[in-house]
Amino acid sequence: MEMGFRWDFAYEILPQMLWATLNTIIAAGVGYAIALVVGLFFLLGQRTPSKIINGINREIVEFIRSTPLLIQLFFVYFVLPQFGIKLSAWVCGMITIGLHFGTYLSEVYRGALEGVSKTQWEACRALNFSTVYTYRRIVLPQAFPIAIPGMGNYLVGIFKDTPLLSTIGVAELFHAATAVGGYNYRYLEPYTMVGIIFLILSIPAAMWVRKLERRVNVAQGKIKQ
Amino acid sequence: MSYFAFLAEHGTTLLLGTVTTIKVLICSMILYVIISMIFGLMRLSKNLIIQGIATVYIEFFRGTSLLVQLFWVYYVLPFFGISLEAFVAGVVALGLNFGAYGAEIVRGGILAVPKGQWEAAHALNFSPAKRIKRIIIPQIFPIILPPAANLTVELLKATALVALVTVVDLTFEAKQINSITWLSAQCFGTALLIYYIMARLALVPFLRWLEVLAAKKVGRGNV
Repeated sequence: MEMGFRWDFAYEILPQMLWATLNTIIAAGVGYAIALVVGLFFLLGQRTPSKIINGINREIVEFIRSTPLLIQLFFVYFVLPQFGIKLSAWVCGMITIGLHFGTYLSEVYRGALEGVSKTQWEACRALNFSTVYTYRRIVLPQAFPIAIPGMGNYLVGIFKDTPLLSTIGVAELFHAATAVGGYNYRYLEPYTMVGIIFLILSIPAAMWVRKLERRVNVAQGKIKQ
Repeated sequence: MSYFAFLAEHGTTLLLGTVTTIKVLICSMILYVIISMIFGLMRLSKNLIIQGIATVYIEFFRGTSLLVQLFWVYYVLPFFGISLEAFVAGVVALGLNFGAYGAEIVRGGILAVPKGQWEAAHALNFSPAKRIKRIIIPQIFPIILPPAANLTVELLKATALVALVTVVDLTFEAKQINSITWLSAQCFGTALLIYYIMARLALVPFLRWLEVLAAKKVGRGNV
């Protein structure tokens, strides 16, 4: 077997890899969209007045957060069909990623809401604003900027966890690399290319998140421009 | 097949896998703590080359996926004549990946030590090495331990990935039992429970204990 990096082989498989990258981006985007919504539900469970619902919600969140995503994927993928629910690998993957990162996002939301000063609530109460109005016009506009960096971080996080989807057969980038590698008995180029593609996509994304974070801090007067 | 019959038949296998998972966790934990310390300090070096090396390392390992790094270490390094055993490859990949995240925590912790401490050490004519070792490092633990605890729980979860490079850990055993018996709910459910118990009843209390200990050591007890 030829040693060293074979550029011609890398060039040959490049189109395949780029197509698969598109799938990875779609998977990350859809998973993230689901996670954003799921996070809202967990947040709701946390903020309802009922102690029982709070407790159940907290246990579910803790359980999902402290168990590996990989096994959760297997669980959803292999167990649901036994109850007659037949879903494709894509759907299973998206649901699991949505649930897993939804628990993290609910914490981001919670932190952001708690980041809004208590006096804001008191002022609204004093002005006789309704709860809905308080949330819509006073609290959420202030909480949202606080949540942005955390939300951005988890977008990057989901993106980096999409290779796990290959284990249940979702045809994303890593899956394609493994397939190409197995077919040609050469893993050096495909896996290296996966790494490079990830770097190319995630470093600018992480930098953008950091810039947002800075902008938010400046807007809130925490640091000077 | 009842759940108890399942446990009686496959419980030992799962427990043996759990032991491997714990071994992977402990080894990669030691490795990542050492790496974080070294690279966290390097990141703050005034020497641009040392700082550059640390920055490239951290950005590289935080920018790519752990699974990709793991497969790279296990399947690609042999191309360069470095063949690692699956267990070693798993520990190395985990240690390198989490070391990059840990280095950022260490860096933040060092920056959070009040400037007066540096100045006082300087005024007392401590050598730079002694300043770091005796004054700064002992004070960063109460600051870095809470985020490091989160990271370590993430590490426990991440150890599941080593199953994909044929390390016979809990995840590997669960997958194996699943492919033989097709009792997916039982084997993956049990695996999830074991991970949960390890995290909630062992790892987290241990890390909390460390946090309290560190706080006491710098005279911030009873917090």
